[in-house]
Amino acid sequence: MKDRACIVGIGETAYVRKPGSGLSPLGLQLQAALRAIDDAGLRPREIDGLLPFPNLGSAEELAANLGCESLRFAATLHVGGAAPVASLQAAAAAVSAGIARHVLLPAGWNGWSGSRARDAVALDVSAIPGGAIARDYYVPWGLTAPLQWYALLARRHMHEFGTRPEQLGAIAVAMRKHAQRNPRAVMHGRPMTLDDHLASPMLADPYRLLDCCLETDGAAAVVVTSAERAGDLARRPVYVMGAASGQPYPADEITNRRDVFRTGLSIAAPAAFRMAGIAPADVDFAEIYDCFTFEVLQQIEELGFCKRGEGGAFVEGGRIEPGGALPVNTHGGLLSEAHVLGMNHVVEAVRQLRGEAGERQVPGAEIGVVTGWGDFGDGSIAVLRR
Amino acid sequence: MAPAETETPLPALEGLSGEFYRWCRQGELRFQRCADCRAWRHVPREMCAACGSARWAWERSCGRGRVFTWTVVVRAMHPAFAGRVPYAPAVIELEEGVRLLSRVVDCAPEDLAIDMPVEVAFEAATPEIALPAFRRARS
Repeated sequence: MKDRACIVGIGETAYVRKPGSGLSPLGLQLQAALRAIDDAGLRPREIDGLLPFPNLGSAEELAANLGCESLRFAATLHVGGAAPVASLQAAAAAVSAGIARHVLLPAGWNGWSGSRARDAVALDVSAIPGGAIARDYYVPWGLTAPLQWYALLARRHMHEFGTRPEQLGAIAVAMRKHAQRNPRAVMHGRPMTLDDHLASPMLADPYRLLDCCLETDGAAAVVVTSAERAGDLARRPVYVMGAASGQPYPADEITNRRDVFRTGLSIAAPAAFRMAGIAPADVDFAEIYDCFTFEVLQQIEELGFCKRGEGGAFVEGGRIEPGGALPVNTHGGLLSEAHVLGMNHVVEAVRQLRGEAGERQVPGAEIGVVTGWGDFGDGSIAVLRR
Repeated sequence: MAPAETETPLPALEGLSGEFYRWCRQGELRFQRCADCRAWRHVPREMCAACGSARWAWERSCGRGRVFTWTVVVRAMHPAFAGRVPYAPAVIELEEGVRLLSRVVDCAPEDLAIDMPVEVAFEAATPEIALPAFRRARS
């Protein structure tokens, strides 16, 4: 599959934290989808593959609205926030195998003006795999939200490796610095210091408010096409060098893992780098799913950018900030651009590799990594090149 | 908010989980144990992932364990828990090797520590349901 599929179109709506975009989640996704299809130089009816995000819309309704008359590949991968990049892997496989020509990956929601992400799992755990387990064994104790599930892992990491709150803060600060170079970011124009982070209210120890992703309205979409067809389209193609997904074990229960830090990405990352034929050291930037700060640190370790337990030291000293050795979340991420379910990470990686990232362009960016993280630690990764 | 939405959420008592909680109601912490390879397991499963056996029994845990990790919830994310903050969901590792999400009822959140010895102390949630809580080990 290496280099046989390309991202050829990207599209986004505005990302906002205010009421009344006037669009439904479906409407937002259609707007982003139309922009991505147009960016690719395609027409909606040419889309013949659709991979919607879990629980946010069906391929049927998306296709019916867009006029995709010849849909022949449709699926939803139920891996939560790992879905956009896992879907990118599936789309790359599909176009490589001739199963579909042009695959659309949309994601979006009214995460600010609609029902809040913070409420979704608490009030309807059945929406996730492992939901019945959460209902019977976690929720009765008041463990009701992703913030709290992952706080258990962060606390354990602090115990085993001496990871400190200031190191989690360094991640939040880095995302915020990137966002200052991204006019689309919700936190553009609102810089933040480590002291601000440490002074923000504790929500679920060790997570403070500023360790948490934003809640925003918005949608993003990308179009994936085979490398042969990509050359005929409007934009410079971005190649999928490697892509993989993985699940922790067991994936539906977060407390009984022999190795609590072995997540889906621990399996996926080596597979993706092997497929791509590169090493982590060859990567120019990384867009890492950042629901909360510790998940960035943990993924940096499992990606192999440093050894396990060294993530805290790795993120300090500006290494992941603009101009650092490994800029992470050059758009500001879920923490400081917007929570677009990680599809905004894919879009940003494409912008960087096209050389269209403006003020925040990573100089000479040739290879980038984008990850997803979802549910109780499902993981996905794509290694992309220009 | 409707009262129904702020009631404490409880386990559903369906299937194998129902059996687990029925033992709890009798004051016994039991986990499934494989009849062939003798591996303990939690949460309940249909078969042993270690050896593939479908033969198992509910065997009684000694009820002793240690705090493996925890979080202190300061801002509740579910209306039923809004009046209880701060509270500390904790993962307890039993001597049998299985882990269980629970709470240490006689320990303030700020006094929790990883590896703190604890023992099971059931907490009646309703007349029908007892939750396996823990307290600091007496011995």
